[in-house]
Parts: sequence; structure tokens; C-alpha cells
Amino acid sequence: MPEFTDLLFYGLAALTLGFGFLTVANPFSRNPVTNAMFLVLTIISMAGLFVLLHAFFLAAIQVLVYAGAVMVLFLFVIMLLDLPEENRRQIKTLTLGLGTIAVAAIAGIFIKAISHAAPLAASDRWLDGETKPLGKILFETYLLPFEILSLLLLVAMVGVILLSKKDLK
Amino acid sequence: MFDWLNYNPTAAFVVFSALKIGIAFGVVMTMVAYAVLVERKVSAFIQDRVGPNRTAPPLALKIPFVGRFLQGLGIFQPMADGLKFILKEDFTPSYVRTIYFWLAPAIAVIPALLTIAVIPFGSMLGSEKMVIADLNVGILYTFGIVSLGVYGIVLAGWSSNSKYPFLGGIRSTSQMISYEIAMGMSVIAVFMMVGDLNLSRIVEYQSGGLHHWLVWRQPLAFVIFLVSAFAETNRLPFDLPESESELVGGYHTEYSSMKFALFFLGEYANMIASSAMMVTLFFGGWQPLWGAAPAGSVFAGLTHILWFLAKLVAFMVLFIWVRWMLPRFRYDQLMDLGWRRFIPLALANILATAIGLGLYSLASN
Amino acid sequence: MHAGLNHYLTVSVLLFCLGFLGVITRRNLVVIYMGLELMLNAANLALVAFSRFNANLNGQVMVFFTITVAAAEVAVGLALIVALYRKRGTAHVEDLATLKL
Repeated sequence: MPEFTDLLFYGLAALTLGFGFLTVANPFSRNPVTNAMFLVLTIISMAGLFVLLHAFFLAAIQVLVYAGAVMVLFLFVIMLLDLPEENRRQIKTLTLGLGTIAVAAIAGIFIKAISHAAPLAASDRWLDGETKPLGKILFETYLLPFEILSLLLLVAMVGVILLSKKDLK
Repeated sequence: MFDWLNYNPTAAFVVFSALKIGIAFGVVMTMVAYAVLVERKVSAFIQDRVGPNRTAPPLALKIPFVGRFLQGLGIFQPMADGLKFILKEDFTPSYVRTIYFWLAPAIAVIPALLTIAVIPFGSMLGSEKMVIADLNVGILYTFGIVSLGVYGIVLAGWSSNSKYPFLGGIRSTSQMISYEIAMGMSVIAVFMMVGDLNLSRIVEYQSGGLHHWLVWRQPLAFVIFLVSAFAETNRLPFDLPESESELVGGYHTEYSSMKFALFFLGEYANMIASSAMMVTLFFGGWQPLWGAAPAGSVFAGLTHILWFLAKLVAFMVLFIWVRWMLPRFRYDQLMDLGWRRFIPLALANILATAIGLGLYSLASN
Repeated sequence: MHAGLNHYLTVSVLLFCLGFLGVITRRNLVVIYMGLELMLNAANLALVAFSRFNANLNGQVMVFFTITVAAAEVAVGLALIVALYRKRGTAHVEDLATLKL
């Protein structure tokens, strides 16, 4: 008899993978907006998986940053560029076939590796991803990377402003 | 009668959660309907008119005196409005992107309703906490959900496949994203003082009466939050997404009947949600003016819920009042206010709070 | 079966491969970018799962960093795509086969 959380895991995992598939290879629509919306759904169901892993803070951040900001940016770009649907150009069968074989091979290798790995010894001190310890470790052990990251954000901001100027040299 | 619930915590949890969700949903829907009436009455008062005072169902006027009185107040008007929305022709233009056109109104409403889930609308009723989901990351959840509200509007604007809705959608989205940042940053200072993200804990922190409310300790944060809330809900003076004089009707120009009603409902539900947030964060949540411990009796629990609702209604009236008092901002003024005034102010507020807290802990050691 | 670390890792791997498939097969730059996001997210999931089952917060901090970097990366990447689109009027990789802008 599987526990309730396990059922939740299988449900959410199926949703994540299903939406993920529809993001990259939607058989019904080649519209980039549809792809973007399915990516949003993938991200939200993945936040559900994070909650199952007790990473509440990251789940909230995932929805806030990815679904709330990053994907809106995607939608903006798609809508403002008014990207045409990919209809006029069929995806080449050869590319598709070879790509699928390559990806399936990689997936096979990974899954074989996972199934051959020794299962983790059942530990009762599983982690609860509370906000407080996360903040502590972030501002003590990882203070320097954190500061570097803020610098990276600043650089990205300057770069984007420069790139989006009309008269790009 | 409910004895078996005590022996089965899972069943009790499910039953009580369902009850709380149902009641909260019902209350929000009723409040939306009557907020529209209040909006019309307040606007009438401000413009020196009378407002809706004619609608009455058959037989209601037969009740002596009371019937006439209720008719004058316009109590029956929301029912007529609702009926009108349902009965109107649901028209879908031929050039729209149908699936998204149909989905957008629903996507616009859902986030507003989901936000209510983490807000503590009362202390205790019996042994039940009066909050649907007492999350430890409560406020982050709220911001996450609120940020999803953008999709309904941007999809509505895009799927309508016509100029004005598209412009309205783009405007609204950039406005909401901009003010979300200011809003989030203003709230950080509150958390630094409380030391917790859980909304129930924040209400607890403000116990002990009027002078313990966070609005006195974080006035700047409150002002930024309040103005951002106006921008987030697309209300005047920031209702540029639907400014009639330039955009016809904004992102919902092409919508009619029930689909339009859903956008309408979403706007008011958003107002209720952000009012509830302000009450919880800055005005002591369910606490009476003189402060109180979590209720021990059912009666006290009910009074706490009433206190929360009273504060909520006060904020709703403020929202409505401001709408009829202030003219609309220009778009560049709006963006200027958000990015160049509020975000630096909020950052300065965080810094000042940090310094204050540091000095305080130094002094108390 | 009890959902353990292996299950989460399997989901992560499959998601990563889906993203990879998107990058290989799709021809629209923006959609390729979405595939990349999917791959990043898959890595995040693996890190959070490791963090949970090894009782070690470092994985979660890493995810926090990944999300931040991803946000910056998307902003820059999309700005590049927009600039490219302005210059060349297309966002299809097959039209962008020259080395010169």
C-alpha cells in the first residue's frame, strides 16, 4: 500500500514530464506561446515536487522567479516579436530521428547508472528545507558566492540595457 | 455528533479545510458583489448623485417600509447585475485565438482567489485555526501566486488579436511586474522586524493593542505597499491598462458577458486579497484595537473574524474612495514612480531597518 | 514503491533529456531557449533531491544560485535574441548560418 505522498510524487512526476514533453514537442501546436505556457505548467508542477522534498522556500522561489518573472519575459519577447509559427518549415525527419536516438542513448546511460547505484541507506534524519537554516548557510558559508552573484546580476542588467538600445553598433 | 472527527485527524483536517474553503469563497464572492454596489454608491455620493436605487425583486416592495428602504440602498442591485452578466450574449469574435481567449479570464481569476488561502482571517474557532493553509513561507507563496496573475492579462491582450487589447495587456504586465518588485522589497523590512515569514506569526507579533501594529514601526513600508497595491490591482490612479480615453477598454475590450464578468470579479477579488494582506501585515490582522489573545470561546472567535472583516472593508472603501478622487497618472510618471522612487526608497528602508535592529540588539546585550 | 532518491533522479534525467531533445530538434531560437530552461530545471530537481536525502543544505543553496543565474541568463539571452531579430528579421537557427552579423 503506497503512502499518500508517494501517490502525490507519481502524480506530480507524471505531470512534470507530460508538460515537459508538450513544451518541447507539442504535436498539436507549433505556436511558441503554447510552448511557453506548457513550460510554465512544468515549472509549477516541479514546484510541487520541491514541496514533496520539503524545500518550501525553493518551491516558492521557483514559482516566483521562474513562473512569475522569467516566463513572462519569454512571453513578452514572443508576443512583441510576433514570432511566426514553425509551420512553414517542417522539422526534418532525419534530424528528429537522430536526435531522438542520441537523447534516448543518453537517457539509457543515466538510468542504468542510477539503477546500478547502491540505494541510499535509509536515514531518518532527512532534511527539512526551512527558510532559517537556509538563510544562515547562505550568509555564512556562501557569503562570497552570494556577493559575486549580485555583481553578476548587475552586469547582466547593464548588458541587457545596452543590448536593447535601438542603435546597436 | 462530531466525535468521530476527534479520533481521525485526517478526516477532521479534510472536513474542516473544505468548510473553511467553502465559507471563505462564499464570503469573498458576496463581498465582490457588494463591493460593486458600494463602488456605485460612493461614486454617486462623490459626484453628488443618488446611485442605484430602483432595483427590487417582485414582492420585495410589499414589505412595509423595509422594502422601500432596501430598494433605496440598492441592496438588490448586485443580483440584477449578476443576472445581466449571465444572460448577455457571450460573443467570441472570429479573429481571436480561441483557446487562449477562453482560458484568459479563468487564469485571471484563479490567482486572486488562491491568495486568500494563507491569510489568517481569525484567531481560533473551537480548536480550529482560522486560516486555510498555515504555511511557513506564507508571504512568499502570496507573491508567487500574485505574480501568476499577470498571465491572465497578458494572454487576454494577446489572444484578442487586436491593437488596443494588446497594448493594454503589455502595459498592464509591465506595470504589475514593476510594482511587484517595490511591493516585495517593502515587505522585507517587515519580516526583518518579525523574523518570520508565517502570516499567523506576524499577526501574533502585533498583539497587545493599537500601538503594537506594524504600521507605526514601518510607515514607509506601508505607504509603498499601499501604492503598489493600487498599481497591482490596476485601480485608479494607476488604471492605465484600461484607460478608456486612449485604449477603448484595455485588455478586455473584446470580451463580453460572463467572460468579462470574470475579469471584473478578478479585479475585485484582487482588491480584497491585497486589502487582506495589508490588514494582516500592518494592521494587526484579526486583533481588536485593544489587542487580544487567540480566542478561547466560539463567541470571541467570531468577534475576531468580525474585526478582520471590518478592517478589510475599511480598506476596500479606501480603494473605492481613491478611485473617484484622483486623476489618472501618465504612463511614464507611473514607471518613474515605481522604478526611480519606490524601489530606492524601499531599499533605503531595508537598510535603515537593518541598522535600527542592529543597534537595538547591541543596546539590549 | 516508496518514492526514494532514485525516483527523483529518474524524473530529473528524463526531464533533462526532454529539454535536450527540444534543443536538438526545434528550430526556433526562443523554443530552444525553453529547452535549455528545462535542462536547468532538471538539474535543480536532482540537487534538491540530493539535498533532502543526504540531509545537507548545500544542494539547496546551489539551486538558489542556479535560479538566480538562470534569471540573469534568460534576460541577457532574450535581449540577444531580440537584437538578432532586429538585425536579421528572423529567429530561426537555419537562417542564422553565417558567422558575420
